[in-house]
Amino acid sequence: MSRAALLLLADGRFPAGGYAHSGGVEAAVAHNAVHDIHSLEAFCRGRLHTTGLTTAGLAAAAAAGCDPLLLDDAADARTPVPALRAVARKLGRQMMRAARATFPSAELDRLAAERPQGAHQPIVQGVAARAAGLTPRDAACAAAYEAVGGPATAAVRLLSLDPLAASWLLARLSTEADAVAANAAGAAARVETEGPDALPSASSPLLDITAEQHAAWTVRLFAS
Amino acid sequence: MHLDHPVTMPHRHTYSAEPLRADGSPRAFRVGLGGPVGSGKTACVAALCRTLRDRLSLAVVTNDIYTREDAEFLLREAVLPPERITAVETGACPHTAIRDDISANLEAVEHFDETLDPLDLVLVESGGDNLTATFSKGLVDVQIFVIDVSSGDDIPRKGGPGITTADLLVVNKTDLAPYVGADLATMAADAERQRGDLPVVFTSLTSDDGIREIADWITGHLARWRAKAAA
Ligand SMILES: Nc1nc2c(ncn2[C@@H]2O[C@H](COP(=O)(O)OP(=O)(O)O)[C@@H](O)[C@H]2O)c(=O)[nH]1
Ligand SMILES: [Mg+2]
Repeated sequence: MSRAALLLLADGRFPAGGYAHSGGVEAAVAHNAVHDIHSLEAFCRGRLHTTGLTTAGLAAAAAAGCDPLLLDDAADARTPVPALRAVARKLGRQMMRAARATFPSAELDRLAAERPQGAHQPIVQGVAARAAGLTPRDAACAAAYEAVGGPATAAVRLLSLDPLAASWLLARLSTEADAVAANAAGAAARVETEGPDALPSASSPLLDITAEQHAAWTVRLFAS
Repeated sequence: MHLDHPVTMPHRHTYSAEPLRADGSPRAFRVGLGGPVGSGKTACVAALCRTLRDRLSLAVVTNDIYTREDAEFLLREAVLPPERITAVETGACPHTAIRDDISANLEAVEHFDETLDPLDLVLVESGGDNLTATFSKGLVDVQIFVIDVSSGDDIPRKGGPGITTADLLVVNKTDLAPYVGADLATMAADAERQRGDLPVVFTSLTSDDGIREIADWITGHLARWRAKAAA
């Protein structure tokens, strides 16, 4: 297993389309729910323990070798609003392209063939982690980190926040992100015996509602 | 045109830069248009569509920075039917979308390749950016950089990757030169110094047939690219 492969997969510069998405922070900024570094921290913490935990579980299960199509259905069930399902599949397609070029594998090829319109992004991320020889825990960690790293970067652009303060915030959240990843990986280990219901299904209704509204905006910087 | 040598990249699973798609059928030729905000990129795209649409099957991808204005302008002007125009969002980073992470743009152009058959040419307009923004060779086959005379006639002298490396440099709005005191001869000399043998054209896209030279340049490249792909 290569540590560097995990850094590559989790890097915001991995060319899989993430830079154009704010993880809901653009809508939160518009509602003034996020307006400074402290409100951004609260937003990120909330996202980490809801969407972050859920996507980390899916990514870990995919990395553990669970049936990605079953997991894809489980992801749909955990993503109630159409806007976010569409985003997850679009990012899944983009992640698939980058992953197949970076970590070629028969499992990625098979999933691409079976879900030509894209599987949910965390599933693709998990299968990519597996192709890279990474563990379920690694995949969960990448997903959990992304759940906060994406919004933090977007908020820096939207609010002209101090990027050093944003890095400080991410460092403060890193212990919690590790714990979320460990939880998610633990749940993923039970999928074999208990089925996908063992996976976390935490959600954030406000993120769902504002994502649906954001998708209808005519003027916006971020795709979601 | 192999941008990746088949021996060094035996397992490459994306075919974005190859002239053939995964199923062996040819894809459309892709032209990128970059340059600062307001230089005339959208005007250029609109004029190209009007001039070429009767001869070629066309589609356009816009990369607006925070609106859908370019796409909406093209729709309003009805230069192409709506299913041939799409906008990509760039998260406040237009250069990322055309250079560092081209996945959203590739999705858009490949969607056109799949849904519009036959398709000859896709124009990808970058969101207006600074002078360093260039297109990835994984996204487009050739790129055009559009500047204009009214933003300062010293821009060609300043250079930057867009000015120096674009396959075609367009210096637009020559009709405004007398009003803004732009010295076209100096601009031409500076551009040549920066670009060596690479071509430069001076245009006024608001005048009749001002697009002619650019259209001819594109169709010439398209013909050569096809001949090479077929060889
Ligand atoms: N005078 C003059 N105006 C032009 C010319 N080309 C474009 N424009 C105008 O310049 C403005 C910006 O053009 P646009 O194509 O939207 O620029 P973009 O931001 O590069 O896409 C518009 O009002 C155009 O009508 C030209 O050759 N001469
Ligand atoms: Mg434009």
